[in-house]
Amino acid sequence: MNYLYFLYIQFLDKYGIPEIFGDITFPIFPFCIIAAAIILVVLFLVLFERRILAVFTQRKGPNRVGFNGVLQTTADAIKLLCKQNINPVGVDRFLFNAAPILVFVPIMVLWGLIPYSSEFVFMNFSTSAILYTAIAALPVIGLILAGYASNNKYSLMGGIRAAAQIISYELPIMFVLLSVAALASSVNLKDIISAQISSVWFIVPCFAGFIIMFICSIAEMNRCPFDLPEAESELVAGYNVEYSGMRFALFFLGEYASLFVMCAFMATIFLGGYLPIGNKYISELIFGSNFQFLQLLIYFEQVIWLLVKTFILVYLVMLVRATLPRLNSQGLMLLSWKFLFPLSIVNFALIMVIKYLMVV
Amino acid sequence: MTETMKINIGPQHPSTHGVLRLVTELDGEDIVSVTPVIGYLHRGLEKSAESRTYLQYLPMVDRVDYLSGFFNSYAYITAVENICNIDVPKRAEYIRVLCMEMNRMTSHLLWFGTYILDLGATSPLFYSFRDREPLMSLFEELTGQRMMYNYFTFGGVRFDVTKEWLDKILKYTDEMPAKLDDYEKIITSNPIFLTRTKNKGILSKNTALKYSITGPCLRASGVNLDFRKKFGYSIYNELDFEPPVETDGDTFARYKVRIAEMRMCLSVIRQCVDYLKNNSGEISAKVNSVALKVPEGEYTTYVESPRGLLNCYVKSDGTNKPYRVKWRTGSFYLVQMLPEILKGHSMHDIMAIFGSLDVILPEVDR
Repeated sequence: MNYLYFLYIQFLDKYGIPEIFGDITFPIFPFCIIAAAIILVVLFLVLFERRILAVFTQRKGPNRVGFNGVLQTTADAIKLLCKQNINPVGVDRFLFNAAPILVFVPIMVLWGLIPYSSEFVFMNFSTSAILYTAIAALPVIGLILAGYASNNKYSLMGGIRAAAQIISYELPIMFVLLSVAALASSVNLKDIISAQISSVWFIVPCFAGFIIMFICSIAEMNRCPFDLPEAESELVAGYNVEYSGMRFALFFLGEYASLFVMCAFMATIFLGGYLPIGNKYISELIFGSNFQFLQLLIYFEQVIWLLVKTFILVYLVMLVRATLPRLNSQGLMLLSWKFLFPLSIVNFALIMVIKYLMVV
Repeated sequence: MTETMKINIGPQHPSTHGVLRLVTELDGEDIVSVTPVIGYLHRGLEKSAESRTYLQYLPMVDRVDYLSGFFNSYAYITAVENICNIDVPKRAEYIRVLCMEMNRMTSHLLWFGTYILDLGATSPLFYSFRDREPLMSLFEELTGQRMMYNYFTFGGVRFDVTKEWLDKILKYTDEMPAKLDDYEKIITSNPIFLTRTKNKGILSKNTALKYSITGPCLRASGVNLDFRKKFGYSIYNELDFEPPVETDGDTFARYKVRIAEMRMCLSVIRQCVDYLKNNSGEISAKVNSVALKVPEGEYTTYVESPRGLLNCYVKSDGTNKPYRVKWRTGSFYLVQMLPEILKGHSMHDIMAIFGSLDVILPEVDR
């Protein structure tokens, strides 16, 4: 990012535009990059999920639009954009329109927090891991508002279920994150990755934590088996029952964008993020260590490593969706408070012991 | 002081299996009361019999319960045959029972898929439809139709079965038990499935009898009442089968009864195929269906359909049209019992319990 910033300032300087203007306008670039990346990744993810589910259920999946159906989700997106936005009678206009944005914007911010490669970090805060969990809890406000503003009882119940769910599943995530932070001695995501260069990936000492994180992330994403807020067979579609067209598309986009970013986050803190297996970059092996553009190639290779790890996790999440039925709310609460929460505390204590032994 | 919320589940709802409306009063997510509202699928199937001849009414009866058409035609046709004193050849009876048991299999398979879908798992639906497909193709090959068969006639059946057709069934019955094992592997011991079904929607023996529940739901409550065994109608007393019985009466027991019943169906199908392969004979009693002479009289048939007791009452006044036809179907009583069985459960359980009853709404309203 610094390199891009440097280029931009240089470019402006050529035309005599002051640096302060560059400082103010520079964030447009990462914003545009993230927005484009989200749309591309989500279009791919939806197609990926449909094909994966089709394989699990012995169907073919989308295979007509474009080459082998690759344009199916693009066509769907265009259809959603062209559809009429229906404002049902009795909705709270302002909140009804604001809710999809409130769901989508925090998720977009989350995308900016993930270090995609050692150079490619949009927002590098010293506390980015903590900031991540804080912002990851925000979309639920949008869900509650959507449920409330829709003037629909099914929506309301969906929104309230979403709220109950996020409260139960935030705590274990925090404890797992604490143990990872203790292992890395940092709450900065980049530092957490750097700490995994010298030691093993944190999934090894903190495997229980990874499992807890995996389950809780699925719950935070409101995906099956924790899809109670939009339980199709009970609440029809839950909080988004009254939404149509572009607003519905935003919910949809948010759901899949959060699926990707949650998996990227898990890959970052447990699977070494952009680090390659064995700390050897393939481009270095191919081109030798004296190649002129090696550093640049490595940056891009790091992105690919992160994507590979993320998509393995995404695949696991989809596997879970294809296999399990939905929990009921009592089961959901019991699982969190009676199993995951105590386990995360035990895991935390265990990690502290490991850390103590490492220091001694 | 909390206020209760009234919510309309249905008539348009993804998992009411048709068009049922449940006016539900909720306290938070807990159910205070449920009032089922039926009648959205009323097609006047009973009244329209009175303006049609016996033969003209025949294609309609498959539509009483679209998932088990053979049972409906069997019930109606046997009633008419008994009024006319027609003797049905044994081979025809075997073909009828074979068709009915295959139909029970398709019905239960569809129930399995949609029930697990109600619980939120999407994949098993496709598995059960995949395994239902061969049976539907077999029906199509035999009767020309996949759902509304119109295959039984007064005095027998329309077409004889071929040896190749029977071989295909045997192949299916050989493959199917392994697939049922697969279903059970993914569902029966799944902890989420168990928490959602065990001790949910308990239907006690007394309640079941009080509401005249029949079929798998009654057998799941510990009452061994199967009209195939009790009356041994058609050729059922020549077959060797034992209806499965569970004692818990909860949704899980109903699930287990239906899975066991699918296995039982396969064994009955195999026995019928064995008979049909080794014995030949007439398939129809040579009755002039078009100008059927029905003497004055009345008859009620008892058929064990996939959803419980199916009664067809036919009263004839000696003309060529029935004076009255009355259907008694299992689903109607199950819907009637819903307020009792859903009381004290939460919103999540409505579909888990309702789905386990296997209600077909067209059958409720007729």
